[in-house]
Amino acid sequence: MDLKEKLITSFLAFENNVSTDTETDLHEIRSKAFSFFEQNGFPTKKDEEWKYTSLKSLLNHNYNIFPDAENVIQLADVKKYFLHEIESYKLVFIDGVYSSFLSETTHDGSDICLLSTVLKRPKYKMVIDHYFNTIASKSNSITALNTAFSKEGAYVHIPKNTVLQKPIQIMHFSTGKEAEVMLQPRNLIIVGENSHVQIVERHQSLTENVVLTNSVTEIFAGKRAIVDYYKIQNDQKTASLIDNTYVRQQQQSIASVNTFSFGGNFTRNNLEFYQEGEHITSNLNGITIIGDKQLVDNHTLVNHKFPNCESHELYKGIYADRSTGVFNGKVIVEKEAQKTNAFQQNNNILIDDGASVNAKPQLEIFADDVKCSHGCTIGQLDENALFYMRSRGIPKKEANALLLYAFANDALQKIKIPDLKTKITKLIASKLGVTLGFEI
Amino acid sequence: MLEIKNLHAKVEDKDILKGINLKVKAGEVHAIMGPNGSGKSTLSSVIAGKEEYEVTKGEILLNDEDLDDLAPEVRAHKGIFMSFQYPIEIPGVTVTNFIKTAINETRKAKGLEELPAKDMLKKIRATAELLEIDRKFLSRSLNEGFSGGEKKRNEIFQMAMLEPKLAILDETDSGLDIDALKVVANGVNKFKSKDNAVILITHYQRLLDYIVPDFVHVLHDGKIVKSGGKELAMELEAKGYDWLK
Repeated sequence: MDLKEKLITSFLAFENNVSTDTETDLHEIRSKAFSFFEQNGFPTKKDEEWKYTSLKSLLNHNYNIFPDAENVIQLADVKKYFLHEIESYKLVFIDGVYSSFLSETTHDGSDICLLSTVLKRPKYKMVIDHYFNTIASKSNSITALNTAFSKEGAYVHIPKNTVLQKPIQIMHFSTGKEAEVMLQPRNLIIVGENSHVQIVERHQSLTENVVLTNSVTEIFAGKRAIVDYYKIQNDQKTASLIDNTYVRQQQQSIASVNTFSFGGNFTRNNLEFYQEGEHITSNLNGITIIGDKQLVDNHTLVNHKFPNCESHELYKGIYADRSTGVFNGKVIVEKEAQKTNAFQQNNNILIDDGASVNAKPQLEIFADDVKCSHGCTIGQLDENALFYMRSRGIPKKEANALLLYAFANDALQKIKIPDLKTKITKLIASKLGVTLGFEI
Repeated sequence: MLEIKNLHAKVEDKDILKGINLKVKAGEVHAIMGPNGSGKSTLSSVIAGKEEYEVTKGEILLNDEDLDDLAPEVRAHKGIFMSFQYPIEIPGVTVTNFIKTAINETRKAKGLEELPAKDMLKKIRATAELLEIDRKFLSRSLNEGFSGGEKKRNEIFQMAMLEPKLAILDETDSGLDIDALKVVANGVNKFKSKDNAVILITHYQRLLDYIVPDFVHVLHDGKIVKSGGKELAMELEAKGYDWLK
């Protein structure tokens, strides 16, 4: 039985078992999403958005799709995956199941807790009606699949005028208790007017068993809200991730999503920003450093609908061995969106002959008074710069690493949590196989 | 210290150096002059070990050791420094971090411990002061957005920090106004000692008013066509290069 068939036969059982507040439209939302998936199935390379990335190798597994049992892990074993030097809220899921033992939640003003509660309890009906699945794509069968099976994940609701003092860490662990597992976490983030929040999200497999994660996150930024979202993708070589993140912003809000892709077998990021007001800023930053036969595909969309907004997009990639990168950055500036400033930059370095990158900037501009630019480079390290450094006594390997650091540096500077910046810097150093006598 | 014997070198199948002979002893300052395209910059790049240049004949000895096949960083560890005519911009690496890395890698190659941070800082400050370099400048990205003069001053700063045995200064005077030239020359003069040597590569005599050479060589078409004392530079200034061809 292939994966699609397995999912189809499982859906009914899932719908019968999952407890849902009957007052909401959840049943209909899931059923509709499921029908869409059933009709369209997994995308293939014939699909324009999947031209360079094949899902085929991921579908050929006998995944357990209901890893329901509560598995326990010890904090000591996973501590290194957290930012543990600083105070933070933590939402931890083990094989898709919430771990109260490892989490630190709150309901004091802000709700930082579980999505399952929201989906179950009548008092959250407004949340379902107003937010749930309102920006997740209805025409993307992978997202629809997640919606159909949506059950658990992080729920963050920050009321207005709240500056959250501690960052939130959302961790999805898989224990490898099952030989092959498919996880479909669903996160919902709502940030009220004038409120600030910082969130770090990570998917981490604890063994070398096969994991396929199909994650959907919806983020709502209210008026003048500031949302900083960080995604750390540094998983095992047997773990694959399809991350679908949708952001909707109200006027004068600033939302940033920073994606650090260093690991995993296959990583596809669908990141979409929708601007629903004036004077909005959207920031999209990414650093990809991979090798072996890894693949990272960043598909982004910024939709400018209102005047006087900005978007800044910067993706940097370093590809070694036989790794593959894809960058597809779509920017739509609608007719009403005059005075838009939209900047996109995608720079790639190929270290080895076997590595490749497919880059496709897509600008669709319907307004006539805008500033839009895009730049895309694919190259190698500058030989003259290498000679310059070596002539000052810095050995080739270190000079290479220093140049790669420097290359990734401007994307690194966007990190606003100092501990996270240190952590990412160290991760990059270990990826490049060097220790440098300083931190950038 | 440095001995170059019948050196021939080419780049991309073009012969550029066609039999250079040069001896530089510790404590000496040599000036190599010559018109554009005579091979001056090639000579310095070949000594520093740039890989695009192929030595086809002859040898370069540093303290009797053949440099052939040694990587640029190994030559640097042995005490060769070349100041670039066009220093490379490296965004994202600060001047301070760069020089720290260069010094500590050199120390590592010599089997020495890293220089303690306190000593490093002290040395950086003293050297910056000598070259009238603003502290803010040290935390900027290496050469990025620097003026021509700032780049050259930064090269001399690195030289003074690394304390090489042999410093080759390639067109260090170009792009400098007279005040900057004096500061740079002062830096070089302070660095000069009986234990090290300096090769100045220059198009004009101007620099030699401030850094006085012991020997002047004229390079033409890949060969040294005339050598003499510092008065040769004056003669070149007056007569140009044509009379030597």
